[in-house]
Amino acid sequence: MNTGLLLEMAAETFPDRVAVGSLKDGLTYGELAARARAGGAWIASHGDGPVVFIGLNSAAVPAGIFASAEIGRPFAPLNYRLADEELRRLLARTAPSVAIVDDDMIDRVQGTPGVVLVSRSALDAACADPRYRQSDKPEVEADIAVLLFTSGTTGEPKAAVLRHRHLASYVISTVEFMHADEDEAALVSVPPYHIAGVAASLTAVYSGRRMVYLPTFTPEAWVDLAVSEKITHAMLVPTMLGRVLGVLEARGEHLPHMRAISYGGGRMPRPVIERVMAFLPQVEFVNGYGLTETSSTVAVLNAGDHRKAIASSDPAVRRRLGSVGRPLPSLELEIRDPDGKSLPPGVAGEVYVRGEQIAGEYLHRKVIRDDGWFATNDSGWLDEEGYLFVEGRLDDVIVRGGENISPGEIEDALRAHPNVADVAVLGLPDDQWGERVAAVIVAKGPAPSIDDLAGWVKARLRSTKTPQTWEFRGELPYNDTGKLLRRVLKQELLQTAEAG
Amino acid sequence: MELKPGSRWKSAVCDGEVVVVRAAKAPAVLECGGHAMVPHAAERPVGVTAAADRSEGILTGKRYVDEESGVEILCSKAGKGSLSMDGRPLQVKAAKALPSSD
Repeated sequence: MNTGLLLEMAAETFPDRVAVGSLKDGLTYGELAARARAGGAWIASHGDGPVVFIGLNSAAVPAGIFASAEIGRPFAPLNYRLADEELRRLLARTAPSVAIVDDDMIDRVQGTPGVVLVSRSALDAACADPRYRQSDKPEVEADIAVLLFTSGTTGEPKAAVLRHRHLASYVISTVEFMHADEDEAALVSVPPYHIAGVAASLTAVYSGRRMVYLPTFTPEAWVDLAVSEKITHAMLVPTMLGRVLGVLEARGEHLPHMRAISYGGGRMPRPVIERVMAFLPQVEFVNGYGLTETSSTVAVLNAGDHRKAIASSDPAVRRRLGSVGRPLPSLELEIRDPDGKSLPPGVAGEVYVRGEQIAGEYLHRKVIRDDGWFATNDSGWLDEEGYLFVEGRLDDVIVRGGENISPGEIEDALRAHPNVADVAVLGLPDDQWGERVAAVIVAKGPAPSIDDLAGWVKARLRSTKTPQTWEFRGELPYNDTGKLLRRVLKQELLQTAEAG
Repeated sequence: MELKPGSRWKSAVCDGEVVVVRAAKAPAVLECGGHAMVPHAAERPVGVTAAADRSEGILTGKRYVDEESGVEILCSKAGKGSLSMDGRPLQVKAAKALPSSD
C-alpha cells in the first residue's frame, strides 16, 4: 500500500488536530494532506524522476515525503552537510530528478545536469496555492517510496531503496492508528536524510502525535525546544543523548513533560544510559535497533526491560541494558555462522532478519535473499530469553589469534574510567596474532597512563581483550549522525604505524 | 476478485474503504455488509443495503483477518457494514502494544 494512505487516513479521521509545529500555529492533518496534494502537483509540473530534498529539518520534510507519495515518486533526502563537490556528485546520481533545496543552499548545487532545482520557499508557496490544492488525486502505482544514501562509513554511499510496501508494513505493524493523546508531541531532531527521520514522519502521522522539528541539532537548542513545546516523546542517537544530558545536568532541567525517549543508531555507553535514567526518572527509555535497509526498527528494548535490568542483581538480566532488546513480533531474527547455519543462544554470528518491512535493496542491486532473509552485516548474539546483543559491524570485529573480539565491549569498559572522555577500539594488522587490539583515547582531566588503562581493562575483561596499542587524541572522527568513522581512524593509525 | 496487497476496495453498502495488507492464499470474495466490495476506483452501486447480521461496522486503522484464507485487511475509512470473506466474518486483529522507537 502507498504510504500516502497513512496521511489520508489521519486527515480523514482528525482533520483539525495539529500534525506539525506548535499548538498555536502548527499545520493540521487536513492542512498537511492539502499541502501534500498541492506540492505533489506542483513538483510533477517541474519534471520527472525522484523528489530530492536538500535542507534543514522543518515541516517541509513531511510535506515532501507525502507529496512524493502522492505522485508516486521516490523521496530522496540528501545530506546537506557533505562538501559541495560530494553533494553535487550524489545529486547528479539522482538525475533526472526535481530537487527541493533550502533557499540558502541552492547556489551550492547550481548546474547539476538533469536536475531541476526548486527552492523550498517556492514549494511552500505552491503548497498554499489554491490552483494546486484543487488538483485531482493522481492514480499512481506505489513503488519506491524513499531513496536513502547510506552514511558511507564503508565507502561511497549506496542508495538504499525503501518501497511503499516496506514502510507501510513497518508503520501499520508497529503503530496503533491515532493512539496518541492530543497533548503528545514528538521532537524530531535526527536529520531528514536519516532513516529515523523518515520513519518518524510516518509513524508520528499514523499515531496522531504532533511533530516538532528542530532545524539542526545542538543540545542547547534541543533542550530549549523540548521545554517550550512541552515535548513528550523524542528519539536521539546515543551521542546526541549524551550531549543533551550534559546540558540538562548543567541547567538542572528535568523535562517534566517528557514521557518517553528512544535511542538508537549506534552503541549506547552504559554509563550514559544509567545516568540519564537516574536524572529523568519519569521518562520511559526505549532502545530501538534497526538499519536503513530494514525500514528502521527491528528490535526493541522497552522501558520495562530497562527498569528490570537496572534493578536486578542477576548479571544475565543486568547486562540486558547493553542489549537492543527483542525482535519485533512481526518479523523473524536469527544469528548465523559464515556458512549460513543458524546458531544457538550465546554464540555470536551475523544477525539475519526476515519480514515484510525488510527491504534489503540498493538501486540496481538486491541483497535480500530469495527466501526473504537479509544479512545485516552486524555481529551479534541472543541470550536465553531472546534478547539481542549487537557487537557492531561484522567488519569491525577484531579477530585476534582466532578469537573474535568486539570493540564495543572494550570501549564500554574504558569509557567507565574516570579519566576517559571518549574511546575507539579497533583492530590493526599484526604479524603474530593476525590482528591486535588498538585503543584511541580522548582523555578527561589528567591523562591516564597506559599501564593504568591496561590494568583497568584487564581487571574487567581479560588479557586477550586488553589493547596492545594505545594512542591519545584530542577528539575522534564522527559523521554528523554520531557514527564513529572507524575506517578513517584505522587508515590514520595505519599511516602512523608505517611512518613510525 | 484478486485481493492483491496494496489494492484498495470500497463497500457497496456504506462509506467503508479498505486496503489489502496480506493477500488471501486462494481466490475469495471480500464482502462488506454481506455484499462483495468494489474496486476503489469503481462507482459504488446504488440501492444495495447491508445485511442485518453484517452491520457491526468497521473502524479506521483497525486490521481485520481471516485465518482460513490468511487475508489481512486494513480499514482506511470507517463504515457501517462489517467485513466477511466468502461469508465468514473477519476478526479484528489484536493490537500489539509497542513503544515508539522513531
